[in-house]
Amino acid sequence: MNMDRRKFLKAAGLTTLVGLGGKGVFELLKPGTVEAEMAHEGHEEGGQEKGSGPKVRWAMLIDIMALNQEKIEKIVHTCHHLHNVPNWGDPKNEIKWIWEDEYEHVFPDSYNEYNHILAGLPFLLMCNHCDNPPCVRVCPVQATFKRPDGIVAQDYHRCIGCRFCMAACPYGSRSFNWLDPRVSLRKEIAQGRKLNKRFPTRMRGVVEKCNFCVERLAEGKDPGCVEAAPDVMFYGNLADPNSNVRKILKERVSLRRKLELGTKPSVFYLI
Amino acid sequence: MYDTGKVIIGLAIFACIFLFPFLYSHGSAAPKPKPSLDTPAIKALPQKKCVEDTKFMITTHMQFLNNWRDQALRDGNRWYVNKEGKKVWISLQNTCLRCHSNKKEFCDKCHNYAGVDPYCWDCHYDPNGSKL
Ligand code: HEC
Ligand code: HEC
Ligand code: HEC
Repeated sequence: MNMDRRKFLKAAGLTTLVGLGGKGVFELLKPGTVEAEMAHEGHEEGGQEKGSGPKVRWAMLIDIMALNQEKIEKIVHTCHHLHNVPNWGDPKNEIKWIWEDEYEHVFPDSYNEYNHILAGLPFLLMCNHCDNPPCVRVCPVQATFKRPDGIVAQDYHRCIGCRFCMAACPYGSRSFNWLDPRVSLRKEIAQGRKLNKRFPTRMRGVVEKCNFCVERLAEGKDPGCVEAAPDVMFYGNLADPNSNVRKILKERVSLRRKLELGTKPSVFYLI
Repeated sequence: MYDTGKVIIGLAIFACIFLFPFLYSHGSAAPKPKPSLDTPAIKALPQKKCVEDTKFMITTHMQFLNNWRDQALRDGNRWYVNKEGKKVWISLQNTCLRCHSNKKEFCDKCHNYAGVDPYCWDCHYDPNGSKL
């Protein structure tokens, strides 16, 4: 039998709907079970303050005061080049791993129109690699999962494109490939874009997001954004009280997005 | 018995139609493919050896690649230790296709013959090729 991935997923989806027996559907209807399972797995209090917590928890610090348009462009370009993220030039199909937005949208809960220090400043957004990631809870196939070092990884090989994770993420950090990304990449290459031949593309029907450059960390390199702007982006081990990032966090005022949701983001904005 | 003759003719026609595909394809099987090992990286090897022994690679490379994928992405460990104790960096594009830089004459040759079309190439690609 020769069935391609899309056909297989379509058939599987149909079967699930008909039988209403799919694990994803089932768990969504009964949230209690998910909670119980997570507590059982020990995800509930994986906080950085606890003694029995993880040894490594990667965090990213973004110095908003040092950001400017030129640096933003360099950071976004470096990241999207390294991971062959297409640029469709159309918000409907947009794929983004790291992108710019303004204070008003980044901190809608604490927005204050008289705050003339933050209003108007550029912010850089990316996956928050939450300590308590809602996307991981809802993924019916464990395509997205939290690594022991705190990075929320996305396994494209398992992604079935259900987009539950996109609905669950409060930060809009995930993008869906409505179209074959290679169509855009081929067009961009014809216009002079360079492909990063060390990294694969994605395909139509999968969700993608920032991966904290796991492929670079594995080689002992810094994440692409840090390499592009080392005076703006700092990464380090949040679980180690003597790490560079903990030292900076002691000295500077920092913000994290939508803390009231309990997701415990690993991305900090220095002001 | 009525119409014995017609039944026998009918049966004969049925047998012909039924057996046609078998008779037709008999003896005309395509020759076994010879995947080419003629690449600069393989020529430069002191010993013409794959990641594991050749027999294992021919029969098991599909499962082997799945294990590689899971070890790299799920376990976060990108160093594979082969049976001889040698460390190999796990990567389909950057390891397999660095030695086998002739995907068309190697992977594709066998796969076309066997009628398999690995979906890997929807995302992974030959870094030596000029086309995405
Ligand atoms: C260090 C270079 C090198 C790397 C890396 C490498 N190969 Fe090989 N491969 C070879 C050589 C050399 C042979 C031929 C061995 C022989 O002649 O017995 C071979 C043979 C094979 C064969 C058998 C071909 C036949 O003769 O029928 C397969 C299949 C294969 N490789 C697949 C892979 C896959 C899949 C990967 C990545 C997991 C890979 N190779 C990585 C060098 C390499
Ligand atoms: C000696 C012939 C041969 C060579 C060379 C070869 N393959 Fe294969 N490959 C096969 C056969 C035959 C199958 C189908 C096996 C089956 O269906 O059980 C297969 C299946 C696969 C599969 C699984 C596909 C699926 O749909 O399940 C992958 C992945 C794969 N090959 C990757 C590679 C890569 C990558 C290379 C080149 C580096 C390569 N193969 C070279 C013969 C070969
Ligand atoms: C939907 C897109 C997609 C498909 C389809 C896909 N991959 Fe991947 N694969 C990726 C991405 C993206 C990575 C992540 C690369 C990284 O983190 O270094 C990856 C990583 C891997 C890795 C480990 C790292 C590396 O550099 O190779 C292996 C091994 C791998 N894939 C094998 C396969 C095989 C075998 C298939 C087909 C059976 C396949 N993949 C199909 C997207 C895909």
